[in-house]
Amino acid sequence: MLELRKPFLPVQPGTQPDYLHPPYVSTILRSPSQPLIVVPQTLSELSGPVFGHAAIEKFDNDLTHQHSGEPMGERIIVHGRVLDENDRPVPGALVEVWQANAAGRYMHKTDQHAAPRDPNFSGAGRFLTDDEGYYRFTSIKPGAYPWGNHPNAWRPAHIHFSLFGAGLLTRLVTQMYFPGDPLLPYDPIYNCISDEQAKQRMISKFDLDATIPDTALGYRYDIILRGRNATPMENRK
Amino acid sequence: MSYPATASQTVGPYFRIGLSYLDSPALCTDAAPGEHITISGQVFDADGTPVTDGQLELWQADDQGRFAGYDPTERGAVSEGFVGFARVPLDERGAFKFHTVIPGSVPAPDGSVQAPHIVVMLSMRGLLKHLYSRIYFYGNPLNELDPVLTLVPTSRRQTLCAELVPGSTDAYLWKVRLQGDGETVFFQY
Repeated sequence: MLELRKPFLPVQPGTQPDYLHPPYVSTILRSPSQPLIVVPQTLSELSGPVFGHAAIEKFDNDLTHQHSGEPMGERIIVHGRVLDENDRPVPGALVEVWQANAAGRYMHKTDQHAAPRDPNFSGAGRFLTDDEGYYRFTSIKPGAYPWGNHPNAWRPAHIHFSLFGAGLLTRLVTQMYFPGDPLLPYDPIYNCISDEQAKQRMISKFDLDATIPDTALGYRYDIILRGRNATPMENRK
Repeated sequence: MSYPATASQTVGPYFRIGLSYLDSPALCTDAAPGEHITISGQVFDADGTPVTDGQLELWQADDQGRFAGYDPTERGAVSEGFVGFARVPLDERGAFKFHTVIPGSVPAPDGSVQAPHIVVMLSMRGLLKHLYSRIYFYGNPLNELDPVLTLVPTSRRQTLCAELVPGSTDAYLWKVRLQGDGETVFFQY
């Protein structure tokens, strides 16, 4: 378990958001005003939970077959690999996804957008990566939707991803976007990252090879979790 | 070719549809050895308004200081009935409550020991990436030597310490203030 004693790499400048990002108005009252306190990584952060198959049910990787009927919308396959910054696959990572339906409405009581709900689409799934860090799920393309951040604000189509790798500091929640979405330049959440390439890596790629003829369009989305330093932390215990 | 870690994005206001299936009010069963406690509290924004669309994820060692899951020390299995992880949502009052055991002390990188603590990851609409904090226990003598807590200015350390509810022996209180007076300490690793 020497590998697990290696501390995580420092965050690359510009590739992660700041907490305060005023164009996203909700950050103004919810971001710390004091600088974060830099502390050493300890066993408490190098360790982390393992999630097994017990939490995963049969149709958790197929959001189009969780109800008696089929959901409205454009069927999609989303697949990719979860890797770390050392370019190694992350096996057994728990990936949780959630999204709006094809009309841009979430199956959530506080979503008041006047777009129809779809009784055949809950919009949530979860799965584990395989030994090569690979994952794949079936869904429908989520719709864009308006939100109250600023006048005429619309979120680009996106799927929320939550991941746990090996170690607490790999925890990542992100959003996957779709190529060519005209709303991306206007979205303060997508644009909270200063590094242009880091931003663009949140956009999935259309994947004709993953497309199932007559059935579903394929999109590829690789996710990178924080990697580890080459040198293990000393542990005199 | 390797890339830096994927950028974090907010969980947004509707994360419960995807994440609530893993909610748990406890990090262990009633059968787990150790001193059983509850920790409750509330999360407030800069205006003192409760945060009603957020969640805590908690991670801690068992009563002997051992971690479930990925544990780099290979000190053997955790105590029976101990899980060590819980996802706890904030309710319509911005409040949370969970049941656990007081963690044992965990080795520190310098060979000393850490005071008992619970790692907290806080997510909500309006946070573009989760915040890391820790819950320590007010009055624990190991706090004075803890290699993380001692890096925190003395005047702010109490924001990391859960206190016993007056008159109780097992109910602790820990409040989170995201910004402003009494702002909770958050960490960068």
